[in-house]
Amino acid sequence: MEAMSFGTFLWVSLGAFLTLATFSFLYKDNPFYKFAEHLVVGVSAGYFVIILWHNGLQPNLFDRLNDGNWYLLWLNSSRWWYIVPAILGVMMWTRFSKKRAWISRWPIALYIGIATGLAIPLEMKNRVNMQLYSTMRAIDWSNFFGNGFLDSMAGYSQLLIFLGVLAALFYFFFSKEHTGVFKGVAQFGIWILMVGFGASFGYTVMARISLFVQRIQILENYTKTAWDSGDGLFLLFWFITFGIFAVLGVVQIIKHLTRKKTVTP
Amino acid sequence: MNIFDRMMSLDRRWVFLFLALVCVVTHVVPFSIPINTTEEVEAVFNFIDTLKEDDIIFVAIDYDPNSLAELHPMTYAIVEHAFRKKMKVIFTSLSQNGPGMADRTIRDITDSMMIERTYNGVTYPPREVKNGIDYVFLGYKPYPALVVVGMGQNFRIPFPSDYYGTPLDDHPIMKGVQNFDQVKCVVDISGTSGVDMWIAYGQGRYNFPLALGLTGVMAADYYPYLNSGQVFGILGGLLGAAQYEKLADNPGPAVDGMRVQLYAHIVIILFIVLGNVGFLMSRKRKG
Repeated sequence: MEAMSFGTFLWVSLGAFLTLATFSFLYKDNPFYKFAEHLVVGVSAGYFVIILWHNGLQPNLFDRLNDGNWYLLWLNSSRWWYIVPAILGVMMWTRFSKKRAWISRWPIALYIGIATGLAIPLEMKNRVNMQLYSTMRAIDWSNFFGNGFLDSMAGYSQLLIFLGVLAALFYFFFSKEHTGVFKGVAQFGIWILMVGFGASFGYTVMARISLFVQRIQILENYTKTAWDSGDGLFLLFWFITFGIFAVLGVVQIIKHLTRKKTVTP
Repeated sequence: MNIFDRMMSLDRRWVFLFLALVCVVTHVVPFSIPINTTEEVEAVFNFIDTLKEDDIIFVAIDYDPNSLAELHPMTYAIVEHAFRKKMKVIFTSLSQNGPGMADRTIRDITDSMMIERTYNGVTYPPREVKNGIDYVFLGYKPYPALVVVGMGQNFRIPFPSDYYGTPLDDHPIMKGVQNFDQVKCVVDISGTSGVDMWIAYGQGRYNFPLALGLTGVMAADYYPYLNSGQVFGILGGLLGAAQYEKLADNPGPAVDGMRVQLYAHIVIILFIVLGNVGFLMSRKRKG
């Protein structure tokens, strides 16, 4: 494996430092966490602006108008009509003036009109109708008496999905009081919703642990790089990175354990 | 104060510390756990595995660095699988902070192709995977819905040039490739709501086979699309990535992370049970 240069190692050290600074929030809010938080917000915003320029405005607008002259407002360009969306974009900026903010309503109206025209039929078809069809498709009775246990489960899960959807929807049907049989249906609907939330919660736990695992892998690689290098400067930075948080952590734990408990009367 | 009251007043930071220790210890101590594959992951693997040489697949790396812990292993496993089988790949990154990361990921994977590897008993000799011939990275454009609709008509509408500024027509891989009709499938690896655009505006309008790689938080919400046949497979979180790595016989960070997941989940379940027992007992005592 190629040895890491000291310059690269400094960047990796910064990454390790920011990782520990972020996790320090689990103890309590602190300046290290604040620094990491503000840094990520600032870098993300700056990065996005540059990406938008190089991947949006430049190739899709300025490159297409580049056979015209800027002092003629690109009106002599062979594709001068690209000025129209550019003007609409500039009109959006009038939001910052209270007096002229009304101008921004024109491009917003156009954008919402196009987006709505595009969205309504496709969203309706693919996110509502397709889901309805899949819930109400004809029952394949052979699935209940398949060749094996797993085959037969397919039929029951289809039935469960159908009944579950009805019950969950009924839970949100407030025009009829939930008493008697309706109470039972609504109760079944709650259970179905809880199963759904439980599945989401389980996956969310896995997601959060995954983030932590990846950070452990990063810190492990960082430690290995520092120790395997045998370079005093590498080790010094490694000690500084971990040392700051190790000392702060130990001090806080001692404080926590030795604090005087206030007894409320 | 009895033990149940103590349990109820336990500072949550001790729970964090204990969980962190369990994660670190299970990561450092090497051992393996069995990973069972599921139908929705097998569907993605089998689909790609049965494609032929020079077939084109479309991989959308639609996530930011904040989701890479879960989604990077999927990207590495799927793309390496495709490249080893000598398929061609068209990449995009429709997440605003993702293009730089996606670019580095593609370079990492192409570098790893220079090493001979054996997967599932088949030895793949090293080969150079070239930009423009074996893959093209289209990059990022804002408003994913409009970009997806535009690509459905012609990739050149939203992307007149690739991420590096080369016109698409200058790439041999794009010869005769107009839109999704020429790709065998789209794999959207996503940590954002952009996945809705691929379902509604992409698959729903242009009818291409769509597979999803999702963060754990999102996975449960997209299973209905599997049931309706709108997507043919889902890789959910690190578990989905680990299953793909296992099927591709290419164990990586996802398989490595599953033992930590196992013990972390056991600890969390234990704390949930203890917390509930403590709550019920202290409530019972108070009458």
